[in-house]
Amino acid sequence: MFNPLSLIRKLGHATVDRIWRLGFATRFLFAILKYSATSFRRLPLTLREIYFSGVLSLLIIVVSGLFVGMVLGLQGYETLQRYGSTEALGILVALSLTRELGPVVAGLLFASRAGSSVTAEIGLMKSTEQLKAMDMMAVDPIARVVAPRFWGGVISMPLLAALFSAMGVMGGWLVGVVFIGVDEGAFWAQMQAGVDFRYDIVNGVIKSFVFGVAVSLIAVFEGYDSAPTAEGVSRAITRTVVTSALAILALDFVLTSFMFRGTS
Amino acid sequence: MNRTVLDLWVGIFVAIGIAAVMFLALKVGNLSSAHLSNTYVLQAKFDNIGGLKVRGPVKSAGVVVGRISDITFDPATYEAVVTMNVDGRYQFPKDTFAAIYTAGLLGEQFIGFEVGGEEKMLKSGDVIKKTQSAVVLEKLISQFLFNKAADGQDTK
Amino acid sequence: MPDDILVDIEDLRFSYGGRPVLEGISMKIPRGKVVAIMGGSGCGKTTLLRCIGGQLRPNGGRVRLEKHQVCEMSHKDLYRLRRKMGMLFQFGALFTDMSVFDNVAFPMREHTDMSEEMIRDLVLMKLEAVGLRGAHKLMPGELSGGMARRVALARAVALDPMLMMYDEPFAGLDPIALGVIGQLIRKLNDALGATSIMVTHDVQESLQIVDYIYFISAGRIVAEGTPDEIRASKDPFVHQFIHAEVDGPVHFDYPAPSVQQEFLRGVNHV
Repeated sequence: MFNPLSLIRKLGHATVDRIWRLGFATRFLFAILKYSATSFRRLPLTLREIYFSGVLSLLIIVVSGLFVGMVLGLQGYETLQRYGSTEALGILVALSLTRELGPVVAGLLFASRAGSSVTAEIGLMKSTEQLKAMDMMAVDPIARVVAPRFWGGVISMPLLAALFSAMGVMGGWLVGVVFIGVDEGAFWAQMQAGVDFRYDIVNGVIKSFVFGVAVSLIAVFEGYDSAPTAEGVSRAITRTVVTSALAILALDFVLTSFMFRGTS
Repeated sequence: MNRTVLDLWVGIFVAIGIAAVMFLALKVGNLSSAHLSNTYVLQAKFDNIGGLKVRGPVKSAGVVVGRISDITFDPATYEAVVTMNVDGRYQFPKDTFAAIYTAGLLGEQFIGFEVGGEEKMLKSGDVIKKTQSAVVLEKLISQFLFNKAADGQDTK
Repeated sequence: MPDDILVDIEDLRFSYGGRPVLEGISMKIPRGKVVAIMGGSGCGKTTLLRCIGGQLRPNGGRVRLEKHQVCEMSHKDLYRLRRKMGMLFQFGALFTDMSVFDNVAFPMREHTDMSEEMIRDLVLMKLEAVGLRGAHKLMPGELSGGMARRVALARAVALDPMLMMYDEPFAGLDPIALGVIGQLIRKLNDALGATSIMVTHDVQESLQIVDYIYFISAGRIVAEGTPDEIRASKDPFVHQFIHAEVDGPVHFDYPAPSVQQEFLRGVNHV
């Protein structure tokens, strides 16, 4: 039986719920920042999280970066060849990677590789009462568990994105110069002439930093906010990946429109 | 996981990350070549700048000697005012001629300096007097057609 | 003689999303005793324990621990007070990413400046007390339920607390492990000179080790007394509970309209 009133009610309920969660997440971020001093004073805690979210993501980032760069090299060559300007392959590959693909694809991979595991870990700690036990032992779980994981992600993400871009350029070079035979000098020279350090690379790093903050916050928040059941944790993991992907793409649009508006 | 092994891995990870940034900065970007620390400012006014862009190169004899830092419109003279940062190592005579060229048929546009013969050199903040605007392809074609038409009438 | 009372609870009220859980609980817990709080599942026992620990704020009433009003303390003061409390959670709640040794060392490393050698000695001593010194290298995943509970017990007493709280310490244990934990609770309480509050629904085991028992039903205290008084009690609720009868003052059925009414209602309004 279709009931428009209940539909509107559901919609309103969902909206209020979203806004409530947004407010809670913001308060959560402030709590993390408040307790962040601990995670830097006790560096081993944060180092451990950099290991889990950064070092363990190295392989997927390196391999994906290489492949994305190789595809860019092939497709770019195909198109540029029609206009007889294959020496512009270097700049095409480098700009696509440093400005967009590096931060965005690395961010998406990071969300599904590291973000989901952070959510799962915190969610399981919550469902097995480990967080409550910690709280009863007068150790704040936000300071001891959440903040180091947040900062581990924030620190790892820009490094992973830079690595992704660098591997992508190497992949483009491999396909373009080594396999197809584009002139090596022109490849690098065009790239260096066209890619500006401050404008393209620093902006790319800023993007990846913002994505790192967003993904890490979403991951720790969803874990901390998950329902303490097996189903609740699995839902939280799904939400981490979906929300992170949407957040990365939406933030990318906003940042791009601020950074690269109409000048080049 | 042993603490020291973990520290080692994190160290390797951070080193790789920093190496990637350095690679992007030095090999991919132009931090090493075009980072002009010691520059001076020159201005030039053009009737039409075509497709000239901020950050475009300023060249003399084909060598990049500076970058365009700003492009504004002067409402008094209805001209475009182009501000350039020029490498402090290079000095140019007062009567240097600034023209807008295009690299190839469809390439990017840049400012080229044709050096004059005067003794006095341009100082920071100076305005280059002699300029030549960008060549606009549509104008060129219409001029060509107009001339052709005129030629045709003459021979009749 | 207020000094003999460690925990003094007065008219404690708590409701969870509008549903009342505790409806005016008052109890006094003397120093050095082991007190059991019993009642059926979902009667608010665990909520009561968490109010004493300051993890939940009650809607009314007061909890006094020594000279502190637990319900009105700031986060910081509460944390200082909690260093003197130990709590054993229902399934141990060991940190799964740390070894048994690190689990027991956790409170010491967080709250004291002791050297690693000293922590090592203390941790092994605590593990010895629960009979698991040989297992200090294992991870929590490699322990049986009873062993995990004993490790959690060692962790809870790591800082020699003055108040121990046990949330269902016997849940899901085989009879042997159950007896071991029961004896440990008594032994540790007397050895540390601590006071213990135990929330449980395991009657027979508790009757053997505790000094005093409170029965809670529907958010109220319905009976109390020493184990001997409880065994001799004629109270129908206590009788039902001790002898595990299916029906009595605690009904088997969840409150519902009569079966006849329910069937006549039709599907739409369920």
